[in-house]
Amino acid sequence: MVGSGLVVRDLSVGYGPVRALRRVSLEVPEGTVVTVLGSNGAGKSTLLRAISRTLSFQGGAVTEGEVRLGDRRLDRLPADRVVAAGVSQVPEGRRVFARMTVADNLRAGALGGARAGRARSLARVHELFPVLAQRAHQRAGLLSGGEQQMLAVARALMAAPKVLLLDEPSLGLAPLMAERIADTVREINDQGTAVLLVEQNAALALRLATHAYVLEVGEVTLEGPAAELAASDEVRRRYLGVVDEDAAADAETAGARTLTRWNG
Amino acid sequence: MSTFAEILLNGVSLGSVYALIALGFVVIFRATEVVNFAHASLLLAGGYFTASLHDDLGFWPALLVGIAGAALVGAAVEFFVMRRYRGSDHSVLAIVTIGVDILLTTELTRRIGTDVLALGDPWGDAVLKLGPISLAHTRIAAFVAAALLITAFLLVFRYTSWGVAMRAAAESAETAALMGVRLGRVSLGAWAVAGGLAAVAALFLTVFPTPGLERATSLAALKAFPAAILGGLDSTTGALVGGLLVGVTESLATGYQSDLTFLGRGLGDLAPYLVMVAILLIRPAGLFGTKELARV
Ligand SMILES: Nc1ncnc2c1ncn2[C@@H]1O[C@H](COP(=O)(O)OP(=O)(O)OP(=O)(O)O)[C@@H](O)[C@H]1O
Ligand SMILES: [Mg+2]
Repeated sequence: MVGSGLVVRDLSVGYGPVRALRRVSLEVPEGTVVTVLGSNGAGKSTLLRAISRTLSFQGGAVTEGEVRLGDRRLDRLPADRVVAAGVSQVPEGRRVFARMTVADNLRAGALGGARAGRARSLARVHELFPVLAQRAHQRAGLLSGGEQQMLAVARALMAAPKVLLLDEPSLGLAPLMAERIADTVREINDQGTAVLLVEQNAALALRLATHAYVLEVGEVTLEGPAAELAASDEVRRRYLGVVDEDAAADAETAGARTLTRWNG
Repeated sequence: MSTFAEILLNGVSLGSVYALIALGFVVIFRATEVVNFAHASLLLAGGYFTASLHDDLGFWPALLVGIAGAALVGAAVEFFVMRRYRGSDHSVLAIVTIGVDILLTTELTRRIGTDVLALGDPWGDAVLKLGPISLAHTRIAAFVAAALLITAFLLVFRYTSWGVAMRAAAESAETAALMGVRLGRVSLGAWAVAGGLAAVAALFLTVFPTPGLERATSLAALKAFPAAILGGLDSTTGALVGGLLVGVTESLATGYQSDLTFLGRGLGDLAPYLVMVAILLIRPAGLFGTKELARV
């Protein structure tokens, strides 16, 4: 049923002697949103770097396993060929080219894709993020955090990917802006792009995704339909911050009592 | 006694040639973070190709071959040497280029020997007189050629895909790779462009009033280092301003040498370095070096 989706099988990654991933397997079927949850250092970014073939910049390497897009192996290709094959990544922390204009950032994003589709891609991202059209000639470093995140997503879309890899897009954004990014992810997916979403904001991620994986210390410990995971006790406790219904209610009433302005 | 205007114009012309060299230096640094100490030997190679071919081919074809040859040498250095050290520490990379420089310079000076080679340029020692100012044709040609090349380079840098790839790689190699930029190609291109620019600079460093191409030509090329550094190693604008500043300073210091004898001889050669040190004391990143432009 996977067809031309992204498949990761038994993937292990090390940074020198540090083992960051251990036999991780997951699938992103065509046209779906799949999320990977995990706390700091679980290996989420490592997983995305292994798919986009940029581990070497961090001194890491794949030690076993494979990554495929459809029946094409990606795990032997250089990074530019992965982009050409249809997989684009939005890196953690946005990483826009601060000294370049917004328009040039988008041009940079198109470098890895087919020349023919550039005008269409540009029209698409301007429709998704009208603010980027208004700010076209402004330096990217001067955009707000939320605008930079939009630019980072738009830049990755310029290569017209089949699969979009998103590394913590809500990181450091106010809830309202995170909500907007979530809406766009949904819209991008509706237009036919599969999304692999890495998040610490589990509530948001589980609402967007159809399927979810939980990564702990380099291993997949839980997986299943997003709705099921959202309802499971373990995920609720560890990633949704729900301690226990009673305790939560207690905390609320206690909070209401003690939450007065601090005048000290 | 030359007039002030004459000295200034000569300085600008000389400075534009230094700017060509410094530009190549900056291009390599931006694309690959390599401080290229082999730059002077690329220049010497370009000059040597032109000098040894102009009798057979005529000047213009020989110059083209010289430019292409130096570009090829630059690309070869990148491909066969620097590529193996990708990802190494900056200081390691810089030391590798010193090694390359020693190899190339040794071979070229062996070939040149004690000769002074003419490059066969069409300008000779003709001088243009405009009222009280007289300017050598070679100085005018140098300025025009440098201005055209620099303009062309900046347009390419700004508007072509190669330029975008280059600037993206300069900001972050890893992020550029995520965009599908082929870093190998970018750095190969940077070395080739730097070599070609250096070959043109070689021509204008060796024409009248300089006697010709000799071993010491690479020493003249070294003055582009203070130009690049005082401009800020990673700024193309900085390379241009730095080049002009060094050229004008050198020209003024040489021109008014006789009034400054209390400072000793050879001030013209020293002045660029003094300017560099003075500027770095005030602005450690150079005039146009990167100040982080980012909101977090
Ligand atoms: N360049 C590196 N060199 C050595 N170890 C690294 C390197 N990058 C990551 N690691 C290690 O690999 C493990 C996984 O890191 P990774 O960045 O993938 O985590 P993450 O899930 O993305 O965390 P976060 O949510 O904080 O971004 C961590 O233990 C980390 O210390
Ligand atoms: Mg991470």
